[in-house]
Amino acid sequence: MSTVTNPATPHLADSFIELPARERARALLDAGTFRELLGPFDRIESPWLPLQGIVCQADDGAVIARGTIDGEPAVVAALESAFQGGSIGEVSGSKIAAALELTLRDCERGQIVRPVILFETGGVRLQEANLGLAVIAEMQAAIVALRRHVPVVGVIAGMVGCFGGMSLAAALTSHLVVTRQGRLGMNGPEVIEQEAGIDELDSSDRRRVWQLIGGAQRAAAGLADSLVEDDAHAVRAAVAQAFAQGVPATHRTAQVDTYLARLAAVDPQTVTPESMRAVFRDTHAPHSPSKEQS
Amino acid sequence: MEHLTFEYPAQRAVNARAHVGVVGSGDLEVLLSPAPAMMATVDVRTSVDGYGHIWKSVFDRFFQRYDGATHIEINDFGATPGVVALRLAEAIEALESNGTGSDA
Repeated sequence: MSTVTNPATPHLADSFIELPARERARALLDAGTFRELLGPFDRIESPWLPLQGIVCQADDGAVIARGTIDGEPAVVAALESAFQGGSIGEVSGSKIAAALELTLRDCERGQIVRPVILFETGGVRLQEANLGLAVIAEMQAAIVALRRHVPVVGVIAGMVGCFGGMSLAAALTSHLVVTRQGRLGMNGPEVIEQEAGIDELDSSDRRRVWQLIGGAQRAAAGLADSLVEDDAHAVRAAVAQAFAQGVPATHRTAQVDTYLARLAAVDPQTVTPESMRAVFRDTHAPHSPSKEQS
Repeated sequence: MEHLTFEYPAQRAVNARAHVGVVGSGDLEVLLSPAPAMMATVDVRTSVDGYGHIWKSVFDRFFQRYDGATHIEINDFGATPGVVALRLAEAIEALESNGTGSDA
């Protein structure tokens, strides 16, 4: 199979967005190394969905796979957006949190394992509310502990995007890979419209939505690190490159003063996507990580 | 949500498994594994109630051509009979092409 891709003529067959979670994980790992943990035949399903009349998926929408990336041991956690919007339930969240915690244990023993999280999620699964929230907190704690040893790489490919508590988990990663189709935000557009009114945001205005929270905007504002085409090879190359770069000197979420200053420079009355880029673009030297948040 | 079970006669043992599909809108997930006896068994969990007779028709037709002693588990999120038939065919293809199926 050719690995040469021409951005001017993308091949549909190479689309990353079109791939289901399991194939996304497989696409990021070195050929032939994909090995799934707690797969569908282990049947670790949500105990809560049937009580609410909702059909389970045998893997609860989370795929955990071991393998190698550029020959180095890796673990990929991928969310299946087609099942319950990629939402984090007790089981799907625990699978990811446990995978990260086991990776941390390996790293602490000197056995470095490269962690990748494929965010495609509306956030917590409302049917499992508090359990989902609790496990997202575990995930976030694991990311913060892990990123001292090895870059934690996140991917937001689309089309669901990454929202709610999981947007905070994505923000904690060392390196975030996005496509133009990906979106990153705390509240989704529909929620904003419902809560703040259509004057605040018309969620059917796709152009507007992507101008605000789309992958290109997030990359331009320095809140994502790699902007790639919807191409499995491009995503794979960006992930490999992120690991090759190593642990960043300063993580975004450690630059508290820098981001507080940037937020203070934003006028909510007049802010536009362009002015956001101007304020958040990484032109200043990053501050020292004086206030590590964890 | 409804839980349906079916049984059909089988002629040959199956010793592999396969997993295809997703529990997404209009779609379904199929898990195939070896049945313990020389009999095909089907477990359906579907989000749409009251279509047991349609499911029976789909499986009656499927088992006219398929004779493996397999246990079929289906998690359905409103797939049409056509989609169900396609996913079943895909699962059998995965089962027979590489032994464990593309996803298993």
